[in-house]
Amino acid sequence: MEKPLTSWGRYPVVECNQESFVFTEQLEKLADRSEDFIPRGNGRSYGDSALGKRALTTLKFDKILSFDTAKGVFECQPGITLSDVLQVIVPQGWFLRVTPGTKLITVGGAVGSNVHGKNHRTEGSFSRHIIDMDVRLASNEEITCSPTQNTDLFEATCGGMGLTGMVTRVKFRLKKIETSYIRQKQIKAQNLDELLSLFDKYQHYSYTVAWIDCLTKGKNSGRGILTVGEHAAFSELIEEQKKEPLKLPSNKKLNFPFTLPAWVLNTFTVKAFNFLYYLKNYKKEMDSVVLYDPVFYTLDAINNWNRMYGKAGFVQYQFVMPLESRQGLVEILNRIGEKGMGSFLTVLKVLGKQESMISFCREGYTLALDFPLRKGVLEFLDELDEIVLKYGGRIYITKDARMKPDMLKNYPELDKFKDIVKKYNPDGKIRSAQSDRLLLTEPK
Amino acid sequence: METVLVLGATSDIGIAIARKFAAAGYNIQLAARKPEQLDAVKSDIEIRSGVSCSTHAFDAVKYDSHAAFFNGIKPDITIAVFGTMYEEEDAFNDWSLAETMINTNYTGAVSILNIAARHYTTQQRGTIIGISSVAGDRGRASKLVYGSSKAAFSAYLAGLRNKCFKDNVHVMTVKPGFVYTRMTENLKLPAPLTSTPDEVATIVYNGFKAGKNTIYVKWFWRYIMLIIKNIPEFQFKKMKL
Repeated sequence: MEKPLTSWGRYPVVECNQESFVFTEQLEKLADRSEDFIPRGNGRSYGDSALGKRALTTLKFDKILSFDTAKGVFECQPGITLSDVLQVIVPQGWFLRVTPGTKLITVGGAVGSNVHGKNHRTEGSFSRHIIDMDVRLASNEEITCSPTQNTDLFEATCGGMGLTGMVTRVKFRLKKIETSYIRQKQIKAQNLDELLSLFDKYQHYSYTVAWIDCLTKGKNSGRGILTVGEHAAFSELIEEQKKEPLKLPSNKKLNFPFTLPAWVLNTFTVKAFNFLYYLKNYKKEMDSVVLYDPVFYTLDAINNWNRMYGKAGFVQYQFVMPLESRQGLVEILNRIGEKGMGSFLTVLKVLGKQESMISFCREGYTLALDFPLRKGVLEFLDELDEIVLKYGGRIYITKDARMKPDMLKNYPELDKFKDIVKKYNPDGKIRSAQSDRLLLTEPK
Repeated sequence: METVLVLGATSDIGIAIARKFAAAGYNIQLAARKPEQLDAVKSDIEIRSGVSCSTHAFDAVKYDSHAAFFNGIKPDITIAVFGTMYEEEDAFNDWSLAETMINTNYTGAVSILNIAARHYTTQQRGTIIGISSVAGDRGRASKLVYGSSKAAFSAYLAGLRNKCFKDNVHVMTVKPGFVYTRMTENLKLPAPLTSTPDEVATIVYNGFKAGKNTIYVKWFWRYIMLIIKNIPEFQFKKMKL
């Protein structure tokens, strides 16, 4: 039965028939039916990547198949969330090699979006650590692929937004840790130039990310706080922490209890928030050793935080600019400052080289901003798109809900990707509202 | 540690209950008609919880096989989750569907749980948990056969509790209201009244720990059903429920 469904940005709303499966036989039956479908995980992509007439949700196909605690190799079905994976691996002294800023995505989603983290320069995207995986194609045939086997399918499935088929099993490598703590350093920067030079100065750290205040104009434009971190060694813990070096963070969460009226978030309140956020680091540099949760998964601490942006929802705009196009970054920040349309928690990261076919990541600066849906926002984002294109940048498809197919032209292997999708999904049976909009599948 | 047998372990609620008891440290026996489907559930439970887990073939309507099945594994706690639900209109018109519902939900349950109860009363120790339904609290058109099979099952569990009490065997009846499962994903369910399989599992586990007799999931279903049970029949028969 079709019901209104959205993903994390609560925009757009699509009438969607969601169906689940626990066992392979059930998936086989669902996939055998003639209606088109798109694989869907926990619905944490922001726009319409996992929306369509029919979504086959993996959330009940979430079993752990094997875990080699000596070698750090994990094998599972796609519907398990990273949060559940961490729950199992951390107490055994292992961590995810790549994790995005939320642990509430599924492993299948991590493959489909080929997610990256705060360590992209050193560890690449999620796909770099996959040993092999099974994909159920549009023909309902299941095949195994890896960096050495059925490589075209492997490459197009990593970051392919589910369009090559349903990932049904993933085996990937983990990272050894001595403790579940992160030794972090936070450094304040008064403007964008200083912030970017701090990125260079601290590039030897595994994890680097900056929060940036996008509403300050003039000489303080782009001021922010850089956070860098390393997994803490046992010897770096204080006595209290040493009692349980592989402690799991508490599962207790706050809940955003209702949808905030849209007017609450305005230029003034966002400015005030940013001001306080900048001020809370009262010193230029602060060091601490903390559990991994607040470092990697800041917003996961608040359930339903997407309600903060009001009923109409929001669009997250994440783009990457080549390193040499720093000017593009400045231009975009200026435009946002002028419009006063900025968001909380604007995140800036440096990415390493591109490694997979349809990956968003390429060497450069990536900025992610939230824009509540209101009058003029979509037009404004179209203007930003032009700047991104002009400087050779790209938009992250996983966050996208509105761009035009043209915006994909800075994905250099787009045509090759489309050909592979056609090979494994010839009639476009697997399709989403987004793939139709971006012409990744041929509209019917 | 004690061992929990989950009968009907391929259902959403069965899996959730197995995971919940495993997380609390119980060893798990998973039983279903197609045990080969359960390999992934087994590895999942063992890896997540570090307990041991085994899979077994069990068919609720193959009554003759029940004694050998149960005596081969002898769990400390037996949880009957299995059940079948067809469209009532189809079952009204097709006896084979109605018969399967009755035989699975009631006859099969009595068969296997009598065997479990005999074992537990002999050893003066054990627990039986039956997942019935609020649908068994009062007969109505939209749950004609399913509801009556669950009514019979609820009555059986109440009787069994009475019979086994003196032998230190506890019997708990669980009556879920609406639950989001694969069986119900095409229905429009009222969110405040509907629970997830994980919520059912937590309430079952807590009820077991507290030694409850009958629990409703969620708790307010007890009062909803109390109202429904108290509508006079001359009025009730005219209603669309």
